[in-house]
Amino acid sequence: MNFFIKKFITLIMTLFLVSVGAFLAFQIIPGDVVTSILGTEATPEREEQLREELGLNDPPVVRYFSWAGGVLRGDLGRSYQYSKNMNEMMPVAELIGDKLPVTLWLAGLAMVLIVMVSIPLGVLWAKSGNRFLDAALGVVTQATMAVPSFFLGILVTFLFGVVLKWFAPGSYVSYRQDFGGFLGYLVFPALSIALPKIAMTARFLRNSMLTEMKADYVRTAYSKGCSRQRVMYGHVLRNAMMPVVTFLGMIIAEIVAGSIVVEQVFGLPGIGRLLISSINNRDFPVVEILILYITFVVIFVYFLVDILYRVIDPRISER
Amino acid sequence: MRKPGSGKWNKYLTAGLIMTGIALLLGILGLFWTPYSTTAMSASEKFDAPSLRHIFGTDNFGRDIFSRVMKGLSTTIVIGSLVVAFSASAGILLGALTGYFGGLVDEIVMRVTDAVNGFPSILLALVLISLLGNGRQNVILALGIVFIPSYVRIVRSEFIRLRDADYIGRARLMGVCRIRILFVHILPNIFSVFWVSVMIGFNNAILAESGMSYLGIGVQPPDASLGKMLSDAQGYLQNAPWYALAPGLTIVWVVLGFSLFSEGIRRRV
Repeated sequence: MNFFIKKFITLIMTLFLVSVGAFLAFQIIPGDVVTSILGTEATPEREEQLREELGLNDPPVVRYFSWAGGVLRGDLGRSYQYSKNMNEMMPVAELIGDKLPVTLWLAGLAMVLIVMVSIPLGVLWAKSGNRFLDAALGVVTQATMAVPSFFLGILVTFLFGVVLKWFAPGSYVSYRQDFGGFLGYLVFPALSIALPKIAMTARFLRNSMLTEMKADYVRTAYSKGCSRQRVMYGHVLRNAMMPVVTFLGMIIAEIVAGSIVVEQVFGLPGIGRLLISSINNRDFPVVEILILYITFVVIFVYFLVDILYRVIDPRISER
Repeated sequence: MRKPGSGKWNKYLTAGLIMTGIALLLGILGLFWTPYSTTAMSASEKFDAPSLRHIFGTDNFGRDIFSRVMKGLSTTIVIGSLVVAFSASAGILLGALTGYFGGLVDEIVMRVTDAVNGFPSILLALVLISLLGNGRQNVILALGIVFIPSYVRIVRSEFIRLRDADYIGRARLMGVCRIRILFVHILPNIFSVFWVSVMIGFNNAILAESGMSYLGIGVQPPDASLGKMLSDAQGYLQNAPWYALAPGLTIVWVVLGFSLFSEGIRRRV
């Protein structure tokens, strides 16, 4: 129990430090926000008024705490780039809330693909003594890992969109309009994210299983009369999965990053595209929140993996 | 302890050397000379399919794709090397000091390293770019900073391992100064391990660089870049697939070559 509390405190501390870092970083960069919102031809009075509205005249410490306090209460600030209507700036929370489901479904779909394909593939690979299959899988996975996600996205578009015509590139439908069509379109970007990770995970699981197969307990299991099936699935796979769980946790962090790029390839209106356009337009309130959000996801996943790891392998908690 | 087969030439090395050799040759050549001008447009040669005249075909402005790929390759290789040089030297310095001396600085550096390592590298690079602004130098700086922790970790663990080795103890007894112990006695002994991570680092730098230029926040025109070419080509996938395939496969070629090469070195050690 002590361990969880310690981990939890670290989690909070890291988030705090990242929030301070993200906030400070965007304070020191050159360029005036007010000019970029109003343009260069605004009157000094209007500029001063906006500056006051945005709280830019307060000292940085006050602004940090009013920002962080707002974030804790669910007020994520306002976007400089998007406006709700003529006189109101778009709240960041609404902006993200609209785009978050796209990214979450994409990441979820990719994760499902990874787990469903890579684990059977890894097991099959480790079990087969076939030299040809061994070499072929080795080459294919190595090559897949060398393909950057954005090019893989283009290849998937080309193969499934242009040659096979299974989907029309750029025909994204919003999840609000047609959920089935939305998921159907999402399969292809998810596949682009998942393929290299499938290759990595399958390789990793195979190596892990091959190591475990040499362990003493495997010989013991065989000698007490266990069938090959039982040894493989009951003993070897269980032990071999332990490092794979950590690995999958790390992969979630990479899916988050991968989706930034792949969303761009397939024109999906998710968090990643929002981040890129906010960076390009210097829309810092949005960038700050997105950094904080992604950090939170990454750290939280590691936190969960740590806990899960202890559940799967009771030996660790005794240390 | 030497594993069987170590120290020998292997097929990974051959394949890796050939692939990286061709890529480096074309990239370095591209700095000085390309078969066609990379900017000359020709309305009559729009979207020519690959042929003997234009082996990768031509793009929407009738420019020779092979020449542009060569130029992009040189940009990528130059940026990749500078990023690796920057982050590897910073990593050696930090890793050596923290690994050898330990203490509070070590603790702080390791915390920061852990935090950065767990974070998707392209995201961190994006954040740094949004602070620094884009362009060639800033891409190098941003990626250089992002990749420092991966080197610190390896160098540090090697220095910890060698810190207590007998020959270092002897050197200390003989009154060799600390700087000399660090960089003359320990450093040369970690290179075999370090090389592999430099290769992997080079690959990661290339992938990150092309990803960023694909997103439009990396190298800016007129600097050629494979990532930018890909994003330009995407709209013409229907009628000119070679336009996208050429830069994309070039990236794959380089990355695959380097990973085979590093795998070869790893098996040799």
